[in-house]
Parts: sequence; C-alpha cells; structure tokens
Amino acid sequence: MEVGLNHFLFISAALFSAGIYAIVSRKNAIMVLMGVELILNAANINFVAFSRYGNFGLDGQIYGLFVIILAAAEAAIALAIVLNLYKTFANINVDEIDNLKE
Amino acid sequence: MVNIPYLSLITFLPVLGMILLLFIPKNKPEAVKILSLLVTVIQLIIAAFLTMNFDYSAGGVFEQSSFQFLEKFRWIQLTGISWLGNLKIDYFLGVDGISMPMVLLTAIVSLIATISSWTIAKHIKGYFAMLLLLNTGMMGVFVSLDMFLFYIFWELMLLPMYFLIGIWGGPRKEYAAIKFFIYTLFGSVFILIVMIGLYFSVQETIGNTKVFTFNILEMMNQSNYTADGILSPLNPYNLRFAAYIALFVGFAIKIPMFPFHTWLPDAHVEAPTPISVILAGVLLKMGTYGILRISFPIFPEITIQLSWYIALFGMINILYGAFCALAQKDFKKLIAYSSVSHMGYVLLGMASLSSAGITGAIFQMFNHGTITSMLFLIVGVIYDRAHTRGLDDFGGLASQMPVYTGFVTVAFFAAIGLPGMSGFISEALVFIGAFSNDTTRITAIISTLGILFGAGYMLWALQRIFFGKLNEKWSSLTDLTAREYIMLIPLSIIIIFLGIYPSAMLGMMNTSVNSLVNFITETSNIITAGL
Amino acid sequence: MNESLLINITLAVLFLPLIGFTFTVLSGGKIKKAFTFEVFISSITLILSVFLLYAKISAFVEKDILFSFSWINFGILPKWGELNIKLGIKLDNITVIMAFVVTLISFLVHIFSVEYMKGDKRYNRYFAYLGIFTFSMLGIVFTDNILGMYIFWELVGLSSYLLIGFWFEKKSASDAGKKAFIVNRIGDIGMFAGILILFFTYHTFNFNEIFEQMSAGKIPFNSDFWMTLTGILIFMGAIGKSAQFPLHVWLPDAMEGPTPVSALIHAATMVAAGVYLSVRIFVMLTADTMLVIAIIGAITSFIAATIALTQNDIKKVLAYSTVSQLGYMIMAVGVGAYAFAFFHLVTHAFFKACLFLGSGSVIHSMHHEQDIQNMGGLRKKMPLTYISFLVSTLAISGVPFTSGFLSKDGILAGTLAFGKLTGHWLIPIAAFTVALMTAFYMFRLVILTFHGEPRDVHKFEHAHESPKLMVIPLIVLSLLSLFIFYTPNPVSPDQGWFLSEWIKTPSQVVPENSRFDFLINSAGEQTNHGKIIHSVEYTETLHSVHYPALFLSLILGGLGILIAFVIYQWKKINPDAITAKIKPLYLFSLNKWYIDELYDKTFIAGTLLVSRLSAWFDTNLVDGIVNGSAYVIKSFSNIVGWFDKYIIDGFVNFTAFLSGFLGIGLRRLQTGKVQTYIILVIVSAIILFVFFRPF
Repeated sequence: MEVGLNHFLFISAALFSAGIYAIVSRKNAIMVLMGVELILNAANINFVAFSRYGNFGLDGQIYGLFVIILAAAEAAIALAIVLNLYKTFANINVDEIDNLKE
Repeated sequence: MVNIPYLSLITFLPVLGMILLLFIPKNKPEAVKILSLLVTVIQLIIAAFLTMNFDYSAGGVFEQSSFQFLEKFRWIQLTGISWLGNLKIDYFLGVDGISMPMVLLTAIVSLIATISSWTIAKHIKGYFAMLLLLNTGMMGVFVSLDMFLFYIFWELMLLPMYFLIGIWGGPRKEYAAIKFFIYTLFGSVFILIVMIGLYFSVQETIGNTKVFTFNILEMMNQSNYTADGILSPLNPYNLRFAAYIALFVGFAIKIPMFPFHTWLPDAHVEAPTPISVILAGVLLKMGTYGILRISFPIFPEITIQLSWYIALFGMINILYGAFCALAQKDFKKLIAYSSVSHMGYVLLGMASLSSAGITGAIFQMFNHGTITSMLFLIVGVIYDRAHTRGLDDFGGLASQMPVYTGFVTVAFFAAIGLPGMSGFISEALVFIGAFSNDTTRITAIISTLGILFGAGYMLWALQRIFFGKLNEKWSSLTDLTAREYIMLIPLSIIIIFLGIYPSAMLGMMNTSVNSLVNFITETSNIITAGL
Repeated sequence: MNESLLINITLAVLFLPLIGFTFTVLSGGKIKKAFTFEVFISSITLILSVFLLYAKISAFVEKDILFSFSWINFGILPKWGELNIKLGIKLDNITVIMAFVVTLISFLVHIFSVEYMKGDKRYNRYFAYLGIFTFSMLGIVFTDNILGMYIFWELVGLSSYLLIGFWFEKKSASDAGKKAFIVNRIGDIGMFAGILILFFTYHTFNFNEIFEQMSAGKIPFNSDFWMTLTGILIFMGAIGKSAQFPLHVWLPDAMEGPTPVSALIHAATMVAAGVYLSVRIFVMLTADTMLVIAIIGAITSFIAATIALTQNDIKKVLAYSTVSQLGYMIMAVGVGAYAFAFFHLVTHAFFKACLFLGSGSVIHSMHHEQDIQNMGGLRKKMPLTYISFLVSTLAISGVPFTSGFLSKDGILAGTLAFGKLTGHWLIPIAAFTVALMTAFYMFRLVILTFHGEPRDVHKFEHAHESPKLMVIPLIVLSLLSLFIFYTPNPVSPDQGWFLSEWIKTPSQVVPENSRFDFLINSAGEQTNHGKIIHSVEYTETLHSVHYPALFLSLILGGLGILIAFVIYQWKKINPDAITAKIKPLYLFSLNKWYIDELYDKTFIAGTLLVSRLSAWFDTNLVDGIVNGSAYVIKSFSNIVGWFDKYIIDGFVNFTAFLSGFLGIGLRRLQTGKVQTYIILVIVSAIILFVFFRPF
C-alpha cells in the first residue's frame, strides 16, 4: 500500500481533533496552548500534503514554513500572556479566569 | 501699496483680543481690562482712519464698485449638490455712506462701554470676553454685504448679549435675558426665512454660469431674479409682500418698534450700565440699518407702497414712547422708553423716502447712539452711588453734585432736541423730509407733538431728581470721578460739535442717501412697469 | 466805514456773550471773581452795539446789510432740488435798535445784579446764564432766516428755563421753569410746523428769499388758506414766547426767577421776541392772520389787565402788566400798526425794565418782601428808586412827555383806525379799556408801595436806599422813558427820527386778494424815502382818528390815575367795600380767571392720564401679550413634554426594558470561559456546514 494523500489527511484530522480536544478540555492554559500548536501543525501537514499531491507548486510548502514561524511567534506571545495571567490571578486555570463574563 | 483689510481688522480685532484674553491668568483682572481697552482704542483709531480716508463722493448702496474698503472672497462654495445647485457664500465686506456712521458709532460706543465696564467685579474675564465678542458681532453687521454673513453676525451678537444680561444683570436678569433672547431670535427666524427665499430667487452670473447667491447687492439688481423664484417680481405668484412684512418684523423687533418693544425696558432695567449703553447705543440701530440696507433697496416697490404705514408706526413710537416715559418711576425705564420714542423719528425719516428724511434718520441713529449712551451712563453714575433708580427717591442733587448736573442738563436737552445739539439737526431733517412727502406729511405734523412730550418727561425727571431741597439721605454722594469725566466729556463734545457743525457727518452720507433714494424710485418704477 | 466792518462787529457782539458764558461757566467753580469777566464782556458788547447803531443809522440807514454762509449744504437732492441750509445776519434798522436795547438792558442788569445777587452761592453761574441769554437773544435779533430764529428761539427758552429755576431749591421755582419751557414748546411746535411749510414751499429759510418768492405769487400749496395757516402757525411761536393768551400762563410764574432776570428776560427782551418775530413776518400776514393776531393781542391785554387789578405781589402786578403790554404790541401788529408795535416794544423795554429793577430794589431793601400790602411809605426811604419808578409808571400809563405816551397813543390810534375800516370795534374798545385799567393798577402799585404810611413798620425801618450800582441802572432806564430820545415833539411821534427816518412799514408780499384792503397801496405813492404801503384811505383815517384817540387815551389814563388816588391815596372809597360788592368778579380776577386751574384739570391731567393709560396698556396689554404668548407656549410645551416623557419616551424605555429582559435571560449563556465559546463556535460551524454545505 502506497502512502497517499488520504493518509496524510487522516493524520492531520487526528492531530486537529486532538488539538481541539486539548483546547476544550484542559484546564491548564499551557495545555490549551499546546492544543493550539497541535491544530497549527495539523494545518501544516495539510499544506505540505496538498503541495505534494496537488498542482500547486511549492506554495503549500512556503505556507508551511510561514505557519511554523508564526507558531513560534504565537507561542512566545501566548506564553507571555500566560505569564501575565499568572501574575494577575496567581493561577492559570482557564475555568476560573472568567472575567469575560462581565 | 498693500491692500490692508481694514474692515476685517476692525471686525475681528475684538475676537483676536478675546483669544488673547483667555490666556491671561485669572488673578490679573487689570490686564484683562487693559487688553479690552486697548482693543477698543485700536478699533476707534481704525474707525477714525477709515472716516478720514472715506470718499464722500462714492455712493455705494447698490453698486459694488463704489463701496469702499471692499473685501470680497469666496468663502463657502459647494458645487453640484443635487437640489441646492451651487452653493456660494461670499465673505463680502464694504462700507458706504450709510454704514460708515454706524461703524464709527460702534467704535465710539464700544470704547465708552469698555471704560464704563471698569467697575464690573464678577467674572471679569468672562465679562470682557463676551463684551469683545459682542463687539465683533455689531461691527460685522454694519460692514457685511453678504446676507449670509450679515445673518451670522446678527446672530453672533445675540449670544454674548444674553450672557451679559443674564449673568451680570440686576435682580430679574434671567427673565430679561431670556425675553431679550427669545424675542430677538423670533425676529431672526423671519429674517432667515426671507434670506433663504431670496437665495432661491436670485442668480448671480459668474462667467457663463448662473449661481444662486446671498450677495445683497446682487439681490438689488432686478435682472438677477429668476423667472420662477418665490420672491422674484417676475413670478406672478411671488410672495414679496409677505416677505417684506416678515423681514420688517424681524428688523422692527430690534428697533424696537411698537408693538414689539416690550423687551427693551426689561432688558435695559436689568442690564448693567455698559450693556445698556451698547444696547441703546448700537444694537437698536441694527434694526433700522437692516431696513435701510436690505428691505428698502431689495423691495423698493413694496417700500413705497407701505411707506405710510412705516411712518404711522414711527409716529406711534414717538408719541407712545413719550407717553409711557412720562408715566415711569424708574429713571432707567424712562430713558428706555425715551429710546422707543427717539427711534420713532428714525422710522419716520426713513418712511419719507426723501433724501432729507433718510439723512435725518441715519443722523438720528448716530445721535441717538451718543445721546442715549450718555443718558445711560448718567443713570449708571447715580445708581452706582445710591443703589436706587426711583425718580422720586431723589431730589435736590443739583446742589450736591453740580458738575454731574451740568452733564445731565447737556444730555437731557440734547435728548429734548435743543438747537445747538446734534439731536435737533436730525429731528429737523426728519421732519423736513417727512413733511415733503405727501404720504407722510400728516404723520410728520402729528409727530411734532413728540417734541413737546419729550420736553415734558425729560424736564419732569430733571426736576424730580435734581431740583428741590436736597434729601439729607444723599448728602454723602460725591460728584463725578475722573473715569466718569473721561466717558461723559467726549460724548458731550460730540453732541455739541455735531449740533454746531453737522456737515461733518452729513457730508459723509449725502451721496449714498441720494443714490439710495434714486435707486428706490427707479427700481420701483422698473418693477411696477414689468408687472 | 464799510459793510464788512459792520458784519465783523455784529459777529463780535453776537459771540462775545457766548465767550463770556463759556469762560464763566467753566471757571466759575474755581475762580471767585469769574463774574467780573462776564460783566466786562457785557460792557464791551454794549459799546460795540452802540457803535453798530450809530454806524448803521448814519451810513446805511436805507440799506440792509446782509451776510450769510452755508451751514449744511446737501447739494442737489433727488425730488427736491438744491438744498443748502444757510445761516446769516441781516442788519436793518430794526435789528440794530433791538440789539442796542438788548445789550443796554443786559448791561444794566449785569450791573444791577452785582449788588442784588451778592452772597448767592451760585453767583458766577448766574452771570454765566445771563451771558448765554444775551447771546441767544442777540441771535434772534440778528438772524436773517427763520431757522436761525427758531434755533435761538429755543436757546433763549433754555436760558429762561435755567434762570427761572435758578433757585431750584424752591419747588415753585423749578416748577415755574419747567412750565415756562413746556408752555413755550407748545407755541414752538406751531412755529416749527409753520417753518416746515415755508421750507417745503420755498426751499429756503431766508426771510428775504421767502418774501421775494411770495411777492412773485408763490404761496404754500397754492391756497390762501394755507398761507393764512402758515402765518398763524408761525405766530404760535410768538404766542408762546410773548405770553399771549392762551399760553400766557407761564410768564407770571416765571417771576420765581431773580428779579433782575425778570427785568431782562421776562419784561424787556425775551418776551418781546414774539413781537419781534411778528414784526419780521409782518409782510407775509394775510388779512385773516392779522385779524387772529389782533384778536389774540386784544384778548391777552384785556385778560392780563383785569388780573393785574387785584394782584398783591409787586412782581405779579408787573408780570401781568407785561403780558398786557405785550398784548398791545401783538394787537398793534394785527391792526397793521407795524411801526408802533416795534416802537412800543422799545419804549416798553426801557420802562418795564426800570419798573422791574425798581421792584427788585424795593424787594432787596425789604428783605425779600414782595407783598405790597406790607409796604407803603417807601418814598422817603428810597427817593431815587421812587422817582425812577414813578417816571416809568407815568410812561406805562401813557402820560404825555413820556415815551409810553407816544407809542401807546400810536397803537390806540391804529386800533381805532382798524375798527373804523374793518368794523371790528371790539379791538379798539378792548385797547382803550386796557389803557384805563393800566393807569389804575400801576398807580395802585405805586401808591401802595411808596406812598402813605408804612404798613409793616419793622420791615420799613430796615429799608434803605439801594447801593449805587443798583440805582444807576434805574436812573438810566427812567431817563430813557422820556420822550426826548425818540422825537422832538412830545405829542406826536410822527416827526421823530425814530418813526420817520428809521422804522418804515414794509410793503406786504402776500397776494393782494388776501390782504386787508387798507394794506394795498392803491395810489402807488411814495412818501419820504420809504415805501408807504397803506392805502390813501388808511392814511386819511389814521389822521382823522389821531386826535380823538389822543384825547380819549388822555382822559382814560387820567381817569385811571384819579381812581387809584381816590381809592388808595385819599382813601375816599374803601377798596374792600367795592370788592365785597363784586366778589365773584374780584375772585375771578384774583385767581387769574382760573386759567391755571383749568389747564391743570384738562391738559395736564389729560396728558398724565393718557400717559398712565399708555403705561398700563404697555405693561398689561402689549407686554401681557408677549408674556401671555410665552405662557401659552410654555403650557403647550409642558403638554408636549408630558407626551414626550410618557408616550414617546415610554416607548423608548419599553424597548430598552425589553432588551434588558431578554439580556438577563441570555446572559446565562455567557460563561466567560473561552473554552465554552470555542465549543459554541465549533458547534455552530458544524451546523452551518451541514446546512449550507457547498458540496
């Protein structure tokens, strides 16, 4: 059996679902962040896979690179936010930080 | 030579002064006063300069080229607004023989009022800021030749006046201020309506295109009217008659003409002295000036048609004002009603539509400005000292304050129209003019009774306040201070000088008045022939 | 001697008193002796006007000297033509004589006042006022046009006002001043209206120019009625100023002023201005106007004489006698006795000034006692005052060898001729009755004041002859009351230089059909060097009535004097018995015919009523409408406000409430937890995907 586009998509979907689950279910903000990373990487896999099997040239790969860079930047900022959250609330449990409610 | 915009300068100098004034810290009231004084002095200097460089032979009135110190720029221009067409408003200033005396009067009265304001103690900064703004409004009305601009200045002067009466006034100041404001605003609405009606009836030719315009001079030119304009004489269903009445009412409120005069006594009684001076000295003239500048030349045929009624109202003003004055017990109210009476002469003179009458009317406007200013200052002097204005509270002041009494006598006899003082000349000219016109002759003859009743209430007031035994209560009153001398002496000199040598002022208006009279007759003929 | 010199001197005479006034009034408070300047000016003015009189009479007796300048020049006016208001001077014989009279009496009054007013706290101001009076009066005299006349007319009114109310601490004085000014104004309105008509018709104020156009046939509105009306209107000015009925009421009250002022203004000069005006406009009077003038003069002189019979205030008697004599002059103008009107003006000015100054001298020495019932016997204490007073009284009573005899006789003859020619006999009858009464009340005054025994012994003992400065003017004036200054023939003035050389009756200019017949010169003859305008018939009538008039006036004058002596000197008849018999008449006369009361009740009360009504109308009706409409609008806006608050705003508030209510329900969805939101997003995305799936 040759590895085809569908396999990649399948992995990507699994990874995306894992990411969603992490975001929705975890209480720790860091874990939520990691879920976001998973989703990003799921998207990356899609980009690269379509780049390989579709007729899009190298565009997909270049976007993949962009997303990696973006993810890095996002991680940095998000961690900074989490740090500030901790400073403010002494806690990074997202369930308890429900100020948006007001 | 660089064209210096003298008229803009004289108009907006006070606003400039007001802005500067706002930077003066609150704890330096003297600086505020001195700045205001400086502004008005410079204004007077400019006005004097303009007077000296005034060309007596230039007519003005309807002809742009013979206006002097002209300034004309496109101010607001919007093209292609769907239903408005092209909106065009000019910044258009100029003076002729009709407005020049008024500019001079405004400068003089403003200066006097500023000096008289020296004793104001409450919110000095705000007061002088308002005073300067008011000054700009007044000056602007007399120099603007674009109706939109005219209206802006007309309204501009309302607001500071409202605050000046409402904050610095007497016990019933709120009532008086609101009455004044609403009453005059009520009049302004009429002016606004007519102004818009005129706008949609008059098209000025610029290049090849025809544009609606607010230019007062273009409104006088009958060839500028559109065929279907609501106020166009070409339109068989035009509303010119109604518009004339509306405009006249708008101006009449300011004069104030019977029966629209009742705001005046209240406003005067409550206003502080300098504001009364400005009110009587300049503001009342804006009504009659508006009629001369706008109503007469734009609606000449209706002016002729209604001249008898204008004269009638002039007569009623003269006699009714005099009778009311006779019954007053408050010194200031008496002077206020005497103003009503004296403004009646202006109406009568204008209604005559003769050169002598209109010259007399304008001269009377100037003279009333100086004489009544003096009278209100006189009331102020006594009120500052005694804190009462009741005519019957006094008595025998002539022996306590002889110099003051001297000035009072000069002012009172000037108001009575004693020859040798300026009021006589203007009243005589008004009567000559009104008598020479068949329409107004009878009103002129009846109005001569005003001379009698004028003497009646003035002399009676003089007697009650100054003659008789001195009321011991007032034995501590002091005679005039140096500041009061500074205000009263120049006014007395003006009054007597113009009484002896009236040509100094009459020459200035002669050409303009003649061209106004000719213009009214000729244009009226054109319009009636066209119908 | 040339004309321009005369003009310059005239201007100097005119303006010097003004300079005196200005200086004195400005420095009066600081310089104690400021009045001396004014007195000095007055003497210079007198000298100059004497020179003027001499120069005019000697060099230009037949020629008028004119000078005018453009005061207000309007150029050509539309619908009017040229409008150039000129002021100017006209020097004719009347002018220079009048100027001399004014400056002389003014000077004498100045001198007199130096003593009389001594100690007054407004001493300098008094002299300043005298200065402005002299200036204004001379203005009236010199002016060549009717506008100038009106201007100075008002100015003398002002100075009269100031001087009557000089002692303004007294209510009666300030009342009198006010009354004088306002009553004069009534006449002035008429005069002003007349001036308007003249100016409208002739486009000039100048007397000569008006008369020229008039003689060319141009009259106002082309109608005789308007011509007559114009004359009457202008004459109204004279009615006011010369205190003619019905405006005579101010003059007796004017006696509240200092006595020298009464002499100068309210006896000799200013009140004669009305006569002067009538003389000036004589040529433009139509027959009807003249009749009106004659009747008013007759009524005035009669009323005033009857009132003078019973007055007890020395100044009031003189005041009414002045009114009466002014009536004489006015009457003389009305009956065409032009020259005698002016002649009487001059002679009256001197003797009446003398009488007033004499009364001032008496009052001064009696410590401001004015009631003649408290006087008597002063002859011994004040011989000089007495003699001068007596001479003047003789003059006013028309006793031969006095000036009054000459002028009064002329007027009486004139009225008699007028009666004979026109049939208006009441006028001469009134005139002769007045002559009788005048002689009576004047001698009553003299006898009660100077003869007999003192009735107030205390005051009498303190009485003394006045100081020299007061007596000299009296003597000068009483000398001028003698005939010799006017004519060499003590019984007929006709040969005198005054009438035959100096004063010529001018030819009338009104159209002949509206003149009296006797004023049309049918024969066209010229007598002497002047134009004589009367018809031959008139001249003859005048000759024929001259001697009857003379004898009649002598008899009546003598009778009046006799009665006065019988009653008051010899006390053959008790005056109280007579008054008791004719009590109503006596009271009528004593109370001045109740004219003041009548005016108080009608005109003054009427005016005040109208003024109060106007004020009431103004505050309650006119202002009521304003405030009422404000109230209506406010009420209306209250209703609108309620509607707005509860209906419109209620609707708005309801919407807000509804959304709030919904919000409260929905807010439960908002947990504030990011994860819940994400689930919501995902679920919604899926739902959307399912519903709107693109493939």
